[in-house]
Amino acid sequence: MSPSTKDALLIGLLRTCAAVAAAVVVLIVVFVARDSWPALRDIGVARFLSTGWSPTGAEPGFGIMPMLVATLVTSAAAVTLAAPVGIASAVFTHFYAPRSMAVVLRRVMELLAGIPSVVYGLWGLVVLVPILLRFAPPGQSLMAGTLVLTIMILPTVALMADVALAAVPAPTLQAAHALALPRHAIALKVAVPAARSGIATGIVLAAGRAVGETMAVLMVCGNVVKLPTSAFDPVRTLTANIALEMGYALADHRAALFVSGLCLLLMWLALASSTVLVRGNQRA
Amino acid sequence: MLDHGHGRALGAAVALCVSLTFAGCADEVSERSASSRHLVLTGSSTIAPLVADLARQFESQRPGIRIDVQTGGSSRGISDVRQGLAGIGMVSRKLGDAEADLSGYRLAVDGVALIVHASNPLADLTHAQVVDVYTGRVRDWRELGGAAGPITVVHKADGRSTQEVFLGHFGLDPAEIEPSVVIGDNEQGVKSVAGNPGAIGYVSIGSAEASAALGVPIKPIALDGYEATSASVAGGRFPLIRELNLVSNGPLSPLARDFVSFARSPYAREFIEAHYFVAVD
Repeated sequence: MSPSTKDALLIGLLRTCAAVAAAVVVLIVVFVARDSWPALRDIGVARFLSTGWSPTGAEPGFGIMPMLVATLVTSAAAVTLAAPVGIASAVFTHFYAPRSMAVVLRRVMELLAGIPSVVYGLWGLVVLVPILLRFAPPGQSLMAGTLVLTIMILPTVALMADVALAAVPAPTLQAAHALALPRHAIALKVAVPAARSGIATGIVLAAGRAVGETMAVLMVCGNVVKLPTSAFDPVRTLTANIALEMGYALADHRAALFVSGLCLLLMWLALASSTVLVRGNQRA
Repeated sequence: MLDHGHGRALGAAVALCVSLTFAGCADEVSERSASSRHLVLTGSSTIAPLVADLARQFESQRPGIRIDVQTGGSSRGISDVRQGLAGIGMVSRKLGDAEADLSGYRLAVDGVALIVHASNPLADLTHAQVVDVYTGRVRDWRELGGAAGPITVVHKADGRSTQEVFLGHFGLDPAEIEPSVVIGDNEQGVKSVAGNPGAIGYVSIGSAEASAALGVPIKPIALDGYEATSASVAGGRFPLIRELNLVSNGPLSPLARDFVSFARSPYAREFIEAHYFVAVD
């Protein structure tokens, strides 16, 4: 077989793999859009943006607004809590921890990042919820969901920040040392700004994980469809709604759940495009 | 050259999407159900996991036989046997007068128990008290004769069979319920109540008994004086129950008859109990 034939075969194979990968993504979007379309057409976007969700009631309501709010609030709060702690942990691991401790810290973070979310959910339900219950019943609440998500996404932020800090060019750090800058200035004023694109990517990935998380929030959030008025109110996220009802939904109800899915896809697309913006800015 | 390659890859992607999107639409159910070696069951998602387990056993004992179990709700089970799309329908309720044309074979009974935390002194609630608690008219255990403290009302998500039995028995509309927590499966209900001394919930009786036997701090409480145990359900005394039926339109085919008697045999009992249902004689 001549080298050019091998090349041609390889190119063909790679092209097919790329096509399959792209097709799966396109397929999912097409499928979700196709199954949400009847609901969007017959029920109307306005009713989806209302607050009453009772798809099987005598007068069906399809308002996903309380769930959209729950998803946005839990994810945003979790990212707000996890980002500073994660970045601080990466800075500590990278610039302050003794080498042996840094190795252990990284392994622990990798371990935490790999724990299945249902385990975090179970922990939240049997440990965190009873603690919250002492302050404000029922314990299963917006707060419980936010805390579980924070702990879940913390390793993602920390690991990505750690990798980004490791990728800061050595000459940059050498120059900072040559200027006799103190260690905190090198870490916070030189390394972190230089690594900001990688750190931001980690935060966006973490936000994506928080938005898409299902099992853990389903177990600790209480799942009552209501606009929360305090951090201790139970809420239901879009993902929890799909997981709770999809197995039992028919007709319009099923289509309405696909609309929830479409909302999640759009949120993820918005997040994913924001990484492109972050990276684009850095190159410019 | 590059552009050409991209074009082809895109073309392949689009073709794949289109073919996969429409492949699922073909209706294979109807053409297969006539076969004497193939049985299709459709219907209730409550019964389907049990029947799927039984079907695997049945298949392993009779080589060459294929059994398909599909969910879609009791109503689908009924409409599929009427149209001949399924040999047997799974219906998780009593057959009504409108379904007199179908024959029903009772497979098991599903009982629903009200559960509270093990530390709760209450042992019995009446019909009216349960209605008051779930509609939010009563919000403190003191009003029911228990120790003072807010009641956490644990309710099931829409569409769950247990929820339908519960609402049906108490004559409640889903919109009237004021839940503090909404849960999915029985296991989550048990954990929610076990972690909260002020909680009340309802789960499948078998599930409550299994958890209580494992030392989970929950307590099934009696309803209107009837003990919530599977013995009470099997004895026909407990009020909060539903029948799990297999139904057919007219006489069963030989294969379907074989499967129905298999599912109602003493051998099937352990599977029925493993799914937290109560076997009936």
